[in-house]
Amino acid sequence: MTLRRLATYSAALVIGAWVAFPLLLITLAAFTPRDVLYRWPRQIWPERFTLDTILFFVRSTGVLPSTWNSVLVAGMTIALAFLLSAPAGYALARYRFRGRDAVQLAILATKMFPATVLSIPLAVAFIRWGLYDTLLGVSIVHTALSIPFVTVIITSVFVGVSYELEEAAMTLGTSRLQAFLRVTLPMALPGLAAAAIFTFVLSWNEVFAATILTLNNRTLPALILNSVVAAGAPLHYRFAGGFFMVVPALIIIFLIRRYLLTLWGVTVR
Amino acid sequence: MADAERTRASPRARDWTPYLLVLPTFAYLGIFFVYPMAQAVWLSLTDPHGQLTLEHFRRMVGDLYFSQAIRYTLLITAVAVPLQVGLGLVIALLVNTRFRGHSLFLYVCAVPIGISDLAAGLIWLSIFTERGYLNAFLGAAGLLQQPLTFLTYERPEWLLGAIILTEVWRATAIVMVILVAGLQLIPKDYLETAQVFGAGRWQTARHVLLPLLKPSLQTALIIRTILAFQLFATVITLAGRLVPVLAGESYFWYSLYRSPQVASAYAVLILGLSSAITWVYLRLLRQREVEATA
Repeated sequence: MTLRRLATYSAALVIGAWVAFPLLLITLAAFTPRDVLYRWPRQIWPERFTLDTILFFVRSTGVLPSTWNSVLVAGMTIALAFLLSAPAGYALARYRFRGRDAVQLAILATKMFPATVLSIPLAVAFIRWGLYDTLLGVSIVHTALSIPFVTVIITSVFVGVSYELEEAAMTLGTSRLQAFLRVTLPMALPGLAAAAIFTFVLSWNEVFAATILTLNNRTLPALILNSVVAAGAPLHYRFAGGFFMVVPALIIIFLIRRYLLTLWGVTVR
Repeated sequence: MADAERTRASPRARDWTPYLLVLPTFAYLGIFFVYPMAQAVWLSLTDPHGQLTLEHFRRMVGDLYFSQAIRYTLLITAVAVPLQVGLGLVIALLVNTRFRGHSLFLYVCAVPIGISDLAAGLIWLSIFTERGYLNAFLGAAGLLQQPLTFLTYERPEWLLGAIILTEVWRATAIVMVILVAGLQLIPKDYLETAQVFGAGRWQTARHVLLPLLKPSLQTALIIRTILAFQLFATVITLAGRLVPVLAGESYFWYSLYRSPQVASAYAVLILGLSSAITWVYLRLLRQREVEATA
């Protein structure tokens, strides 16, 4: 028994370290003075830490505006995705109707279609529609990519809120809409917030579509990718950039950790 | 029961409500999924005058990078995806033993879900680059006098190894979460029954858990394989174009050579590969099911 427990703990420790260690290293790199990063022998733990590397990255041309762009795109994506998927999710959770399974399957199937396939023809179309190189254009694609996730999450959230309560409100004389707004919505709110946060991560992290669809109005990943490919950005820029992109994601995953399994588990069924 | 009552109680007029509620999503997906997909096929198969042509596919296949891109994409997928599923399964089974601290372990292992392929590539670049942490550790251990250059075209095995490690590090988390969720759906009585009949831990896992976990494993396999075909930023950050991959070539043809047509040809190829592999998986896994019941 103790041997088995020992084996379990050491396996967990090794795997946990394998996941956490690279994160530790990039954090270390982001706070290491520039000259230490290029010197040999290469010090692992620098004698002093500095904010210069991060500040260099943040002050580089385009970083702040594109960070703001990323936030705006993610915000618009959340708004659009919820506007579209919330009614669909509610319908899938609350109504039995003919073709319900087909609807669910069709929404799931869209998850199979890669961003790669959508971005290039959409870039051509967006040039014609005046959406190329606009933040709205990027968030339109991000919305298409996140709808399958958001719909399934919202469905599961509404399934989790008992329909009896909504009915009880209606027998007490509220309309269906009022019952929804006053009873169901407040109870669904935490789950919906988690879904919104997850959508934020999807959009914040998306590289390919954002790179293809923008030229001057880059989002942060598109800017970093472009400065790596086209401008050969220096190493300290890359490390600080990597760290800068990871931090919000880490915080967000921590905030929604309770919902992680629901997000993916249900998404998958 | 509640459902039945609801349908009975629902007046005729309400029957259209669910369809109306679903409509916006469908309209949107129609415009921004179906249309671009058709458009990709159209772009890759027509010339500027709207005539059908195979010229773009010919240019794609004739390109020096093409056969490499196919080979590397398939190779990385074939190595990385089984590793991701294997490691994901190990983590999921560990979490499922509910040892003390398993929720912290689960959280740590789930963290890469929030990390993009771009950021993951940059993180592992800090390890594998010439003045990176790998050389630093080897140097500190006294194993190296001069730093080694790992990420160079002279060492394709290191380039591939770095990409595969990064992909395993980043994407195992998704597999793991899918499998943990799948394990939670398995009723506890099954395991208790297995124990009552004297099955050991290993036997229970092999003969009870794994078969019941098959739908989740299937989903994880399909999702990971399709996403591996889209491998892009990890490769770009670690290897540039030294290791060409399909999505990367699509990007280069679009933004470097300004040819949306050839880029679309690549996109269509990725789409074809994704559909083919999904079909193969579904087919293979179903066949085995039939054999098992026969």
